[in-house]
Amino acid sequence: MEVQKTALYNYHKNLGAKFVPFAGYEMPIQYKDGIVKEHISTRTHAGFFDVSHMGQFFLEGDETLIESLEKIIPADLKNLKINHSKYSFLLNYEGGIIDDLIITRTEKGFCIILNAACKENDIKQISQFLKKHHKHLLNNDLSLIALQGPKSVEILEKLIPGVANLKFMTGNNFEYEGENLYVTRSGYTGEDGFEISISNTKVEKLIDYLISNEVKPIGLGARDTLRLEAGLCLYGHDLNEKINPVEANLKWAIAKKRKEVGGFNGWEKIKNLLANGSEKIRVGIKPDGKVIARENTKIFSSDNNEIGFVTSGTFGPSVNAPVAMGYVKSEFSEVGTSIQLEVRGKKYGGKISELPFYKKSYVK
Amino acid sequence: MSEKKFSKKHEWVSLDGDLATVGITKHATEMLGDIVFVEVPDAGKAVEKEGQAAVVESTKAASDVYSPISGEITEGNKAIADDPGSVNTDPEGASWFFKLKIKDKGEYDSLMSKDEYDKFCKENPS
Repeated sequence: MEVQKTALYNYHKNLGAKFVPFAGYEMPIQYKDGIVKEHISTRTHAGFFDVSHMGQFFLEGDETLIESLEKIIPADLKNLKINHSKYSFLLNYEGGIIDDLIITRTEKGFCIILNAACKENDIKQISQFLKKHHKHLLNNDLSLIALQGPKSVEILEKLIPGVANLKFMTGNNFEYEGENLYVTRSGYTGEDGFEISISNTKVEKLIDYLISNEVKPIGLGARDTLRLEAGLCLYGHDLNEKINPVEANLKWAIAKKRKEVGGFNGWEKIKNLLANGSEKIRVGIKPDGKVIARENTKIFSSDNNEIGFVTSGTFGPSVNAPVAMGYVKSEFSEVGTSIQLEVRGKKYGGKISELPFYKKSYVK
Repeated sequence: MSEKKFSKKHEWVSLDGDLATVGITKHATEMLGDIVFVEVPDAGKAVEKEGQAAVVESTKAASDVYSPISGEITEGNKAIADDPGSVNTDPEGASWFFKLKIKDKGEYDSLMSKDEYDKFCKENPS
């Protein structure tokens, strides 16, 4: 498959981006300032992220569309209000997570934001449940820009009046340069911020404005350190098809009504796990010293039994310490439990930690 | 102290009698990005030429640091283990990685000069 580029590829190049292949795209891993500075400037001012590689999948249809989607998505779509968003998943028949996503109710149906690496398969999986008269479109004419950080609201409100009124996990249509754009108050950093769906032809102009307001470009490197500090999962690392939402410690994302009534893939299994608990569960991990426990690091109990593995691990610039997430046997999942992490053949101490590692309050 | 010599794996060595000081080059730190973890060897450890001797980790990944010269470690720089970020600021000065007592000065002589190393970096980008 040919390597794909987002509409901003040349723009990133001019900003001094270093590119890496990611999910079939050439994406910036960092810019001139480097990961730590990009991370800090997002937490203290604001940063923008080109996330146009993610799928913007639009669905239209009558009320039967809701029934179709609810077979594979365990959110309460029937009661989801227009312009409201939910974090949810696509589930397989065993309750495993095919992808994690944000679904927003639109005037005509739904918009789902899908992970880049999963989007082709996701659409195949969703399509199995759709009826002939349901329309769907993966819109590649749109870019997606995340603006994140404490100054985001002030900066975007000047350009697009009204966005300041959006509450966390809601969105709306706005006008910009004579075109419609869709803005949601959401993100993947633990900061207040927005995701802006904008046509490929107007996106450079938006970025010009952000840069003139000292919003820094942020690459995939800092995106990873930011989301990990915020305790958010990365699909393909912390989540996959063999992991279900209970194991992933994401049962909060299954709607209460759906937990009781079911009617979605894997419900029998998930219902049982909700009642009895799972064998393993996702936890936060803090190594005691400076050692970084990266993905696939083995986790041992204090009496040297192997109890799990790390799925994401890095140095958290705002926490100023290494941070990690992983799966452990549930009896070792209590916050404060002492564990050992095997790094380069040597065991280092650590503790099960609360998530997120870094906490800010969203605008509700 | 002798002039610095350089390896293809982006380490530098300086020599004072039979005592060598080893670190990673500025070019290496620029490729690695923000350094957030360093592990240096303990005194007494024997290292081979091009053998793994220390570890350096950036926000992106972990990398081995090799000894460009064989010998016995006399000291690891604990200061950089405590403050890994200092390797980004002064890689070819205060933020050396380890010192070792060498066996064969010929190994030092065979390394690249500053000019040769700069040329090597230009010809082998990234």
